[in-house]
Amino acid sequence: MKTFSYSFIFYCLLGLILLATTDGLAQVESSDSLLSPLLPPSEVIAEDHPGDAGGAIIVRWKLSPDEDKGITGYEILRSASPTAEFSSVGFAATGANRYVDANTEDSLTYYYKVVAIDADRNASESEISPPVRSSPQWFNFHLLNLLIIGGLICGAVIYFIAHAKKGKKFFLRKIAGLEAVDEAIGRATEMGRPILFIPGILDMDDVQTIAGITILGRVAKTIAQYETKLNVPTSRSIVMSTAMETVKEAYISAGRADAYSDDFVHYVTDEQFGYVAAVDGIMVREKPATCFYIGAFFAESLIMAETGNSIGAIQIAGTAMPAQLPFFVAACDYTLIGEELFAASAYLSGEPKQLGSLKGQDVGKIIAMLAIVIGALLETFFAISGSSFFGSLAELVHKLFSIVAS
Amino acid sequence: MRRQIPLIITFIVGSVLIISVFIPHKPFGQLGENFSVYFDIIAVFAFILGAGNLLRVHGNRIYRKHKDWPYSVVTVAGFTVMMIAGLFKIGGSPGITGDLTEPGSMFEELYMYVFTPLMATMFALLAFFVASASHRAFRAKNKEATVLLLAAFVILLGRTPFGVKLTSWLPDPLSFLEIPNLASWIMSVPNMAGQRAIMVGIALGVIAMALRVILGVERTYLGADSE
Repeated sequence: MKTFSYSFIFYCLLGLILLATTDGLAQVESSDSLLSPLLPPSEVIAEDHPGDAGGAIIVRWKLSPDEDKGITGYEILRSASPTAEFSSVGFAATGANRYVDANTEDSLTYYYKVVAIDADRNASESEISPPVRSSPQWFNFHLLNLLIIGGLICGAVIYFIAHAKKGKKFFLRKIAGLEAVDEAIGRATEMGRPILFIPGILDMDDVQTIAGITILGRVAKTIAQYETKLNVPTSRSIVMSTAMETVKEAYISAGRADAYSDDFVHYVTDEQFGYVAAVDGIMVREKPATCFYIGAFFAESLIMAETGNSIGAIQIAGTAMPAQLPFFVAACDYTLIGEELFAASAYLSGEPKQLGSLKGQDVGKIIAMLAIVIGALLETFFAISGSSFFGSLAELVHKLFSIVAS
Repeated sequence: MRRQIPLIITFIVGSVLIISVFIPHKPFGQLGENFSVYFDIIAVFAFILGAGNLLRVHGNRIYRKHKDWPYSVVTVAGFTVMMIAGLFKIGGSPGITGDLTEPGSMFEELYMYVFTPLMATMFALLAFFVASASHRAFRAKNKEATVLLLAAFVILLGRTPFGVKLTSWLPDPLSFLEIPNLASWIMSVPNMAGQRAIMVGIALGVIAMALRVILGVERTYLGADSE
């Protein structure tokens, strides 16, 4: 009995000790899991953002091994000293291993930490990155390919302009829309109706508007010779001033300064649909025999072109807005598609120098065609053979003709 | 000299802006942005010219009882009322520092309840014009127009629930023939190829045009077409 009692007490004590120990272990484990539920991101590297004017640092890191265990993102912390307090500068979504801190001062040294955070706001900090400073660069190497290809095309354009100056003649295909300009102006003259010229709805800082104004200059010269009335409603004040000066000079150079009126070119409004309402009103009331739409257009293109169509006007349009081209093609008699808009002024001038620049464009087209054909062939060979040689060549061609976001 | 100064300015500004694309370092890096701001400042002053021109042209029409002069009265009245409402901030916070767009201000009321509906009305006209233009463009007059008509028909049908239902019975190996898939293919292959060709042409045209302007070969915009 006595032995049984001792044994009972012994086992009870042992049981209590074991229970206490197990409980303790469990407690250690659970507090451990609370303290470090996530593995942190590693290999945090911060470096100056290349090809910029300074003020930016790129932070890169290796994703946390727990990326698939509910990590919601990475918080990027920054400090001017590894021992000072770090403050948040941004947040990168899960799966991201790169963040650009675009708010740095070039004279300061920075240290970074990346913190993985899960849905329960558990956080796990990385090691501190080595020190880094942002600095401005003198050349953006990401755009080297653009410089080379752009340089080649510009060189070709300048070469052909110089070549044309020496009297070399170039072949130029006929552009139906531009061939019809004289006919359209003649028709308006015969009918005794005005000619409406719309130079788009963007300002003079858009190259399409510049192209539109240069064409207006050529067209106005012919109009001056025919003594037809011209109406140029504009949606921008600077376009109005430029167009006014251009038309005036065209009349002077045509020897018809007396026929010029300041009312030919007038300002309407900057508002897109207010402008359309005014232009449609002019069309319906004055019934111009010819309408030119040359420049940058948006949703108003079809409203104007259809109204012009409904009054039976000859319509010549030109724009470099690909989305508006189908509307003009459907509603107008002639449409200058993309590059034809920019070629129009040179075409109408007939000057060898200007025509030479069009020849220079052909070099650009050859480069584009070669890149497309070679790229397509390489991708096809890579897809068929799976050879890494073709794959890397295809990637090289792709990189050569892409502007990589830095 | 009257021609040369603008040409020199154009050449310097054009060249510097091209250089600034490749050189991010100060002072080049910020030039593009700065020139854009200068342009906006000039545009603000030019707006006075625009407003002056509007009042002059329509004032003359009213004064001379030009044909359709009542429309000019509406234009001048609309311009004047809007300008007074904006400048004097009638109905809103008092004083010149008050908020122009504060609910209850006359400018805001005119903008919201007169101007915006008028703009929406003009925009809505587009639906009718699209229908009339499509009616004309999609007539199967020749082979090209027939192809256009068929492509448009497939795309329109592919965007409707009826189009989805119509060919959803096709077995998996023939799923590429389902109308929505055909519509997507037309948009992403032949249509995209055509658009890209146009965009390549546009880019080259812009380069040549810009060079002509920068080098002073093209000077029509200055009111002269020869040296």
